[in-house]
Amino acid sequence: MAYQVNGSEIEHDEEGYLTDLSQWNEELAEMIAKTEDIEMSEEHWEVVNFLREYYDEYQIAPAVRVLTKAVGKKLGPEKGNNKYLYELFPYGPAKQACKIAGLPKPTGCV
Amino acid sequence: MARGPALTPPPLSDRPEIEPPPLAPGAMAHSKPYVAQPAHNEALGYPGERVDDWQAKAIQALGELVDSSRALKVYLDSCVKCGSCADKCHYFLGTGDPNNMPVARQDLVRRVYRRHFTPAGKLAPGLVGAADLTEGLLEEWYSYFHQCSQCRRCSVFCPYGIDTAEISMAAREVMDRIGLGQKYCNEILGKVHKVGNNLGLPEPALADTLEGLEEDIEEETGQAVKLPLDVAGADVLLITPSADFFAEPHVDGLIGYAKVFHQLGLSWTLSSHASEAANFAMFIGSRDQMAKVAQRIHQAARDLGVKRLVFGECGHAWRVAYSFLTKLAGPWDFLDPRWPVPQHILEVTNAAIETGGIRLDPEGNAGKVVTFHDSCNVARASRMGEGPGGQFTLPRAVIQASVPRFVDMADGTIHDRTFCCGGGGGLLTDDLMELRMKGALPRVNALNHVVETQGVTHMAAICAICKTQFAKVLPLYGLDMEMVQSVHGLVSQAIRLGAAPD
Repeated sequence: MAYQVNGSEIEHDEEGYLTDLSQWNEELAEMIAKTEDIEMSEEHWEVVNFLREYYDEYQIAPAVRVLTKAVGKKLGPEKGNNKYLYELFPYGPAKQACKIAGLPKPTGCV
Repeated sequence: MARGPALTPPPLSDRPEIEPPPLAPGAMAHSKPYVAQPAHNEALGYPGERVDDWQAKAIQALGELVDSSRALKVYLDSCVKCGSCADKCHYFLGTGDPNNMPVARQDLVRRVYRRHFTPAGKLAPGLVGAADLTEGLLEEWYSYFHQCSQCRRCSVFCPYGIDTAEISMAAREVMDRIGLGQKYCNEILGKVHKVGNNLGLPEPALADTLEGLEEDIEEETGQAVKLPLDVAGADVLLITPSADFFAEPHVDGLIGYAKVFHQLGLSWTLSSHASEAANFAMFIGSRDQMAKVAQRIHQAARDLGVKRLVFGECGHAWRVAYSFLTKLAGPWDFLDPRWPVPQHILEVTNAAIETGGIRLDPEGNAGKVVTFHDSCNVARASRMGEGPGGQFTLPRAVIQASVPRFVDMADGTIHDRTFCCGGGGGLLTDDLMELRMKGALPRVNALNHVVETQGVTHMAAICAICKTQFAKVLPLYGLDMEMVQSVHGLVSQAIRLGAAPD
């Protein structure tokens, strides 16, 4: 199972999460988003970029509350809530946004 | 990965309880979770992939399990096909697939047991419903033992008390031993062994998350409510599901526990070594794995030198803790004997309400009409407080003290007859979304009934799986995901912090 980007193959698991996180690039993110029926806007990118920065530091995706707070700071307090994140990523900010950001899927009772 | 076809839920009924559906043989035969990769299995000591002599190994494993569990043997021997269980499983009610009748699910194992471990089955298998474990039957095992949430509702109605959950756990253990593990559970257990929790949340991220929450609480309430981590010498060690750190509405519950401890002036701590209450090893039926997960808690309690052990809102964690903790990870003689080992956070909060240690003002939840979803493992496999039925009365007492109005769902759907959320027992995974949606039908139907007839606005739960499952499936039935609340999220809104006015 692999995504095809500019002639190169990037492997993913059964659910579309990358097997090698270092292979991520922005074009690939656009492509994964499309398979999820998401058109990447500036707001989507803000979320994806924050997820990647956080992951770089902590080796895990941020908790939803950490994410909503960061989004509120960047995009305005009216957008710093779970509901807004679900508007951006209807399948759930944690899982869908992580997939687009090239991060592993959050596991457990979430 | 393109998403599958849109999910259409089965229709709700005008009545609080769902009528048994028409039979739809094989309707859910396609439902199978992703198989674990070799690395997931090997991390738990199982073969990475299906072993060559899998049939012989499976029979051997089943024999060992039957020999080591008198209960399992009795369950496999004693069914008289009376039919009492047939329409009691939420997955049957939601799918109509006859293999989701508990008796039929049990028979998937019973046939093989009879063939190899009973004289009649060895001599005349055709006469006694005995069968070999063929490739086709193994496929049915993988499918239908991942359509049982081990909720034990069927066992309440069985005149012999046959517990399908035990059979389902055994079947999964047999499959693990031949290298056919389920990805969701096995990957998660590997993370617990490596990092300490289901999420794989490392200590620095946990510390950062807790600090952020402390800031939020102080900003909102003006009170310096703490969420301490790894504090040696604290009195109370709180063990809670890692979803409480990560997800909504779980985190509101965590904030609620912290406010209760704060108001009681208790010294408490979380542990980064045991940052998980859940014990998925129960779902896969492995006692060794269960002990290994539980021993992290023992280690953390010893290392931190705590005196009490309190569990947060997690259904099966409470079953494991309440019923098996001493066996799995004792002795606990270093804890303060004045407290039960373990305690549930609801026992702490309920006692604090009764003694006036905390004061709750329902105005904090103004406008809410709340019902309560009894989680299966709490309802049917544990207790709380002093007397029988405390697991039903304590959560309700705490909710009633926190909200302006409380309404129960229909009798046949609460207490020990509660319906599973549809995502328990290791099935809370995206690859089983159709099953999760259909299995939620009886509970959603009962909820919808009190929404329409009693004006219920919210449903509170005390299990991380239930909360996540409902947040995901309620919207499929046209209900708002934000209806789902943590019981301690309600407490958090109602509790009065600071000194009491005279």
